[in-house]
Amino acid sequence: MRRAPYGPVVAALVLVLLAALVAAIAIGAVAIPPDRVIATLLGAGDPAETAIVVSLRLPRVLGAALVGAALAVAGVLLQGLLRNPLADPYVLGTSAGASVGAVLGLTLAGALGFFVVPALAFAGAILSIVVVWRLARVGAETPIVTLLLAGVVFSAFAGAIVTFVLVSHDRLQLRLASVLAWLMGGVSVVTWTQLAVSAALVVIALALAMAVVWRLDAFALGEETAATLGIDVEASKRGVVAIAALLTAAAVSIAGLVAFVGLIAPHATRLIVGPAHLRLVPAAALAGAAFVVLADLAARVVVAPSELPMGVISGLIGGPFFFALLWRDRAAYRL
Amino acid sequence: MTRLFASAVTAGYGARDVLHDVGLSVAGGERVALVGPNGSGKTTLLRVLAGILRPSSGRVALDDVSIGDLPSRARARRIALVPQTFTTPFAFTVREVVTLGRTPYVGTFGRPAPADRDTVERAMDLVGCRALAERPISRLSGGERQRALIGMALAQEADVLLLDEPTVHLDPHQQREALEVLARPVRDRGACVVAVLHDLNLAAATADRIVVLAAGRIVADGPPAAVITPERMSSVFGAGLFVGMRAGVPFVLPEPLGSPPGATRSGWSTPSG
Repeated sequence: MRRAPYGPVVAALVLVLLAALVAAIAIGAVAIPPDRVIATLLGAGDPAETAIVVSLRLPRVLGAALVGAALAVAGVLLQGLLRNPLADPYVLGTSAGASVGAVLGLTLAGALGFFVVPALAFAGAILSIVVVWRLARVGAETPIVTLLLAGVVFSAFAGAIVTFVLVSHDRLQLRLASVLAWLMGGVSVVTWTQLAVSAALVVIALALAMAVVWRLDAFALGEETAATLGIDVEASKRGVVAIAALLTAAAVSIAGLVAFVGLIAPHATRLIVGPAHLRLVPAAALAGAAFVVLADLAARVVVAPSELPMGVISGLIGGPFFFALLWRDRAAYRL
Repeated sequence: MTRLFASAVTAGYGARDVLHDVGLSVAGGERVALVGPNGSGKTTLLRVLAGILRPSSGRVALDDVSIGDLPSRARARRIALVPQTFTTPFAFTVREVVTLGRTPYVGTFGRPAPADRDTVERAMDLVGCRALAERPISRLSGGERQRALIGMALAQEADVLLLDEPTVHLDPHQQREALEVLARPVRDRGACVVAVLHDLNLAAATADRIVVLAAGRIVADGPPAAVITPERMSSVFGAGLFVGMRAGVPFVLPEPLGSPPGATRSGWSTPSG
């Protein structure tokens, strides 16, 4: 299998992401030509354009990019950790666990809301990974069948808690429509403060992910071989779980439950740059960001003037993709 | 001189002990074959020696330092283990896998240095898998994959090379080749090799010493001609084996079906030197 040279691939992904960002800012109820978008971003726009671009569209498309990068890298980390290419924060119930924390955070949200929501989402994500992994693990391996099963069960349980909280809490009931739109995968960035908090979390988590790339490569050979290579297996696993949970929590805080991004972006990227995590993590982050920015754009335009949650688009694309992977590899999974 | 020393080791999984009171000493320059029936504890002993299974009692020391006290990276620079089974769901190339042998040398957040890359290329040359360097390891034949894994262990530049059934997927001529590859670090660096081998003849032909495990205990430890005897083979492996000697190296063959009991002794002659 020939691999593309890495530098040009990353450069191409950066260009695709930038083009997607500009397109997503340009297209909307008020169309702004791409050259005006770029001029406005550089500070040379008129007041109306500046208001639309900087206050309305830019936070949202940047939020979408963060969600994509976070979910893609969370997928890479979980796949490497579990040695399972079908692991994904949505399929594993990590997103659902984070959503329980996020919704509980919304009930408490006051002035500190933008910190409480991701913090509780992080706790929920960690808890879900630990529970699902414990349930799914058979000896030293984590078979896909038990993993999917544990993920489905955990997601259903978490979903029940979320619904219970939403319906029983008066203040959330008043905003039920907007809360549901977020929960179903709608990119909901309200303020620059919220975006900044999420961006800081994602940037920190991506830096941490780059620090564990070598360990993830060693994990691909199995935990025991990783141990004989001098990796502290248990500490590394805890670290990788925490980073994946942080990324999932940041993504869920912005856009609720988004399926399959953590599956599609790593898969597609792995085919081009190979499985070595030093190359895979940055490329998957860029690919995931571009994918979600475009999915969010599609969610805004396909039923305009109404709007779909972005998660609907990613689900419509990712579902068949996941089916295809299962179908291709079904013999290996003994389904 | 490297010396790996296990004394009074009892080890197992959960409440079940697999090894009982095992003592073993391996010095640099030695090639030791570990043989015994299935379930006799060979792999468990290898994992204890590698420091990845902690014995429930007893001590394993490398140059008089308990390996449990060594930091894992320091331990990995001294001891390498080639696993018996190996699968990876991802398409890592042979070069990427062999490069992972440098894990104990790269910094936690580091990248392999040019010197590491050179070591990797040399290791691939030694096991003859340079031509396979860009192939995904999951698509190799069993023999090619085994060579790549031995290459990874060589890139680790450890003084103690532990191998679990390194020849199980190999053709007969490849089996000898694989073990020959290991002769070089033994000769050049004073490394020692402990290999679990299923094939008694391969053990006799390639090892300086054979250690026989039965039911979790060491029942024999010595040069091949002293260990592979008709009495011991029948007591450890049961009846039906013919033990002979050729050029001072013992060999073991299954008796033809239907031959009378006791035929095992018939081919034995005392070692000629």
